[in-house]
Amino acid sequence: MSAQATQLRVPSRHLRGPLGWLRDPWRKPRVLQATTLGYLAWSILPVLIAVGFSFNSGRSRSSWQGFSMRWWTQDPFDSILHSQELHSAMLQTFRLSFVTVLLAVPIGTLFAIGIDRWHGRPARPANFTMLLSFVMPEIILGVSLFLLFTSLIKNLIPLGTAAQVLGLVTYQISYPVIIVRARLLSIGAEYEEAGMDLGASPTQSIRRVLLPLLAPAIMASVALVFADTVDDFVTVRYLSGPASSQTLSVFIYSAARSSPTPAVNAAATVMLISTLLMIGVGLLVYRRLNRGASEQDAASFAQL
Amino acid sequence: MASTDAATAEPPRHRRRGKRATTRTESGVWYPKWYWPSFTLAGDLWLVAMFVLPFYVVVCVAFGTVGTTFREPVPYLFPGWWQFSTFQATLQKFYVGTAPYQEPLIRTFLYVFTASLICLVVGYAVAYFTARFAGKHKGLILILLVSPFWISYLMRIYAWQSLLQPDGYINDVLAWLGFGRPEWLAGRGITVTLGLVYGYIPFMILPLYGSLDRINQGMLEAGRDLGANPLQTFVRVTLPLSRQAILAGLVIVTLPMFGDYYTNNLLGSAKTAMFGNLIDGAVTNAGQGPEAGALVLLLMVIVIVPMLYYLRETKRASEAA
Repeated sequence: MSAQATQLRVPSRHLRGPLGWLRDPWRKPRVLQATTLGYLAWSILPVLIAVGFSFNSGRSRSSWQGFSMRWWTQDPFDSILHSQELHSAMLQTFRLSFVTVLLAVPIGTLFAIGIDRWHGRPARPANFTMLLSFVMPEIILGVSLFLLFTSLIKNLIPLGTAAQVLGLVTYQISYPVIIVRARLLSIGAEYEEAGMDLGASPTQSIRRVLLPLLAPAIMASVALVFADTVDDFVTVRYLSGPASSQTLSVFIYSAARSSPTPAVNAAATVMLISTLLMIGVGLLVYRRLNRGASEQDAASFAQL
Repeated sequence: MASTDAATAEPPRHRRRGKRATTRTESGVWYPKWYWPSFTLAGDLWLVAMFVLPFYVVVCVAFGTVGTTFREPVPYLFPGWWQFSTFQATLQKFYVGTAPYQEPLIRTFLYVFTASLICLVVGYAVAYFTARFAGKHKGLILILLVSPFWISYLMRIYAWQSLLQPDGYINDVLAWLGFGRPEWLAGRGITVTLGLVYGYIPFMILPLYGSLDRINQGMLEAGRDLGANPLQTFVRVTLPLSRQAILAGLVIVTLPMFGDYYTNNLLGSAKTAMFGNLIDGAVTNAGQGPEAGALVLLLMVIVIVPMLYYLRETKRASEAA
């Protein structure tokens, strides 16, 4: 192969651009590199600019009028520090995320363990339904829950926080299932069986052997579900009731459609920071729990 | 699989290896029949109450009616009562007379097709570079590739909405270059399509990267040793090896695009309305409950095939692993 490679490398010196690269892919792939760098800039820069505009001194979110903390602290009505509407939206966002994590992660983890071991006939439709809820477009889920809560059981659960939590858990429950199952697959049954050989009952063995082994996956699920519910918009919006059930994402959506000020940028920045923090903490704990595992794990965690 | 159903109702005490000919697990632990199913019980009940039942209600609403005073949807739970007049009327809006829903439907397919194609071409190039040439910067590039997942979709689209304002930075650059200041947000197909690309391309890149990263370099070298030129190696080795990921990526980006309404609501206008906007409009207008139900059912018809395909492929992949 080396002979051929050198043969091919010679003309490539004179051939630049994609054609030259096709001649010799072992040459530096400048076109691909440029595409990737361009893509990354295109992908990240708009968000950074939006964050920057939260410090704009004027009312515009598109043309720069100087630096100020007006939309963070100074404005007596619309800044993050003083706006009642934003405070209520932030509170609602974090309340929903918190409760959703508390419900979705335990239910999902137990489901994953059960479905992994249960080989009975009904296991297949149960698993299928779970995966279906994972790929279902969110609008279908949101609208069907909206119709459920406004027609069939309209007096039972009014639109608002409770309905939002029910919807969010339904949408998020498949994440811990998928993550924990992937981990179960790599753990295998040996540790648990060793525990039972040493005299533990199956339930003891799950609690004292399996759950600690699953801790990184559970932690990853917590971070993921939390970050995802903070960003959720479709489900939360359809199932929102009174003004107090408006979240940050719904606030951004409504403001973006009317006359947004940099306060919207500041609110979006708060959202951004909280999800990144949660993911960062999740990643740290994940690494801690997964000591000795390969570097690649950070990437695999991120890809979840 | 059927033989495992024969688990007896013995208590979950541990049995040692080899005591019985047919055991439930390899180590010989006998679990009662209800043991593992009981773990899934909470999840099962949740899915039935909040996923299966709502979907049945959608059907009943679509084939139901509305209340006389508040015009709220009234579902007909018993299939014998179902009436199909609203559903039929909704369907006819796609092809009869002025057909107000026809254009949004065609537009949706056009935007989704174009956007997912762009996602594939750009995403493939980025994933290919990251998998094969990123070298020591791989970790950093991966983090940057993943970061859009942790940024709210709305914020990302809002960021573009700001950049594309008449006095935004994009127009500043264009005006400086002498192209004037186009109205990007006045209902232009290209703006909405690129918005969709921007929103969903990360979902395309990751599966592609995962698959391209796993390709054994030796395979490529073997291809070249056997006399293939680089283009042939790419077409006949790399491309077939990443076929699954391409299809999976296409499904992952198209499914949410078909139901998307917020991208258009932030970057377009009524002139660029998509299928998701029809649903959203029907949901938010009182008295259109049955129509919303009917439209959700139609969306389901559109996405069911890619959805099932995706589930089958992931199942196959996990069985192979």
